[in-house]
Amino acid sequence: MKSIALTISCFIILMAGRLDLKASDTIVIKKSAPAPLVITVPAGFSATTILDSLGTNRHIAVSSNGDIYVKVERPVNGKGIMVLRESGGKATIVNSFGTFAGSGIAIKNGYVYATTDDDVYRFKMNDKNEVAPNQEPEKIITGLVNKRQHAAKTIALDDAGNIYVNIGAPSNSCQIKDRENGSRGQDPCPILEQAGGIWKFKADKLNQTYKDGSRYATGIRNGVAVFWNKEQNSLYVMQHGRDGLFQMFPSLYNAEEGAELPAEEMLKVKEGANFGWPYCYYDEFQNKKILAPEYGGDKKKQGRCSIVDTPVVAFPGHWAPNAILFYTGDQFPAKYKNGAFVAFHGSWNRAPQNQKGYKVVFVPFANGKPSGNYEVFADGFAGSDALESPDDAVARPSGLAMAADGSLYISDDVKGKIWKISYAKK
Amino acid sequence: MLKNNRMKSTIVVLVLVLMNIIFSSFLPFSGKQNTPRASIERGKKVYERTCLPCHQANGSGVPGMTPPLKKTDYVLGDKKVLIGILQNGLDDEISINGKFFNNPMPAQSALKDEEMADVLTYVRNSFGNSADPVTVAEVKMWRKK
Repeated sequence: MKSIALTISCFIILMAGRLDLKASDTIVIKKSAPAPLVITVPAGFSATTILDSLGTNRHIAVSSNGDIYVKVERPVNGKGIMVLRESGGKATIVNSFGTFAGSGIAIKNGYVYATTDDDVYRFKMNDKNEVAPNQEPEKIITGLVNKRQHAAKTIALDDAGNIYVNIGAPSNSCQIKDRENGSRGQDPCPILEQAGGIWKFKADKLNQTYKDGSRYATGIRNGVAVFWNKEQNSLYVMQHGRDGLFQMFPSLYNAEEGAELPAEEMLKVKEGANFGWPYCYYDEFQNKKILAPEYGGDKKKQGRCSIVDTPVVAFPGHWAPNAILFYTGDQFPAKYKNGAFVAFHGSWNRAPQNQKGYKVVFVPFANGKPSGNYEVFADGFAGSDALESPDDAVARPSGLAMAADGSLYISDDVKGKIWKISYAKK
Repeated sequence: MLKNNRMKSTIVVLVLVLMNIIFSSFLPFSGKQNTPRASIERGKKVYERTCLPCHQANGSGVPGMTPPLKKTDYVLGDKKVLIGILQNGLDDEISINGKFFNNPMPAQSALKDEEMADVLTYVRNSFGNSADPVTVAEVKMWRKK
């Protein structure tokens, strides 16, 4: 009997252990109900969610009558451009048009310009400053490089009849085999002939292809954020820096260096500029362009990179700047005038470190140059201070536009929120 | 009666010993290197080194760029296809549950057969996934040399 009791107790212990193991194998950590997302802004400012869920909101633009034009990356009910009208802190959809997917939008001289990943279109606005529901688009530019990676075309227009198109490089660092450990960097990089830079076209000429435009600036890996600064009469672009320094070159870079390097760069882009991609990246600690390891770099050597153009501001690595806007309104305090807001979409290539950069920052400018360090303007979009994966982010800033009253609109492409940031004079 | 009891208890003990052997093969750190558990443990290390930067620690991937590894047919379906993706990389637009993913995956042909089997077994049994292991024999059979 004793031995039976012993074996039974053994059996129970064994089964308990087994059951316990099984239970621990299948434990699902339940996320608590999401608290309402709180966007933090500086004292005196307020952030209002004027729309909660529209779609994959990318770039946004505001027309002269104050309507908000949202380019949704994936069409909503078959429409790629949604028009919102804001009243009393809420926005409602008043119009939608354009059947195509894409990221870029701009309004200029009575036209709404919008992009697919291959082409640029424009829609004529009527005398009410609206796009009629049956308005057919004109194709302005066609046949741009689209290999899915970094394919989003984004645009800015100057006051001289030109449109500038970001054509991102479909590559990380122009290796023979993209992102493959040990694959050599191509030299010269053939991608630069048709991508990895900013192209300039006429804003009013139909069906332009590469031969009708010109490469305005090169060596820009992917400049999703583009803005024509009227005060400085200059184009500004934010570059998404390269990935994988730690993953592909662990003997040169540790995980922390791979997370912080290279800098995300704010570029003042003059015609003919070369910012060095894929041969060079910007190190925000050494404050200089460094030769990329695919091209013989050792984390310190500059080589050919000593002569390439450099950024006006450097930000931490992998934050993914998706929009830039120079503030020209009168509502915000004086220090914001002519300074730059930058919307960061947030990182993924900082893993295994926590992800960062899901925020909007401000860079003060004076006399056409940064007059101080960048400061966080709006934060909290990710919904967590210790974000492990970008998929867990509640929201990700992706577009910026100035409202008719001088407030700032911020778009999000996770659920499709739009915020209005306003300043209340004390 | 006593003898009968003793026989019974001997049988019970034998059964328990047998069960113990079966269960222990599923226990972690059992020391049996050819068990799925051991393969998963080794595969986790391969994952962290090779896959995690893009697919993330929790297998979520990156919205719009890198597909998730959670409960998709790519991971849980045909092992031959899965081995092929690891061997050759993937440069197509992927659609999972109405979401699209655009970044190319580099070939992981530098991985050894054992590493491929381990990492795929890990992925098929992590992030809420549960599927039979990928064996070295299967990798050897389907991997294009």
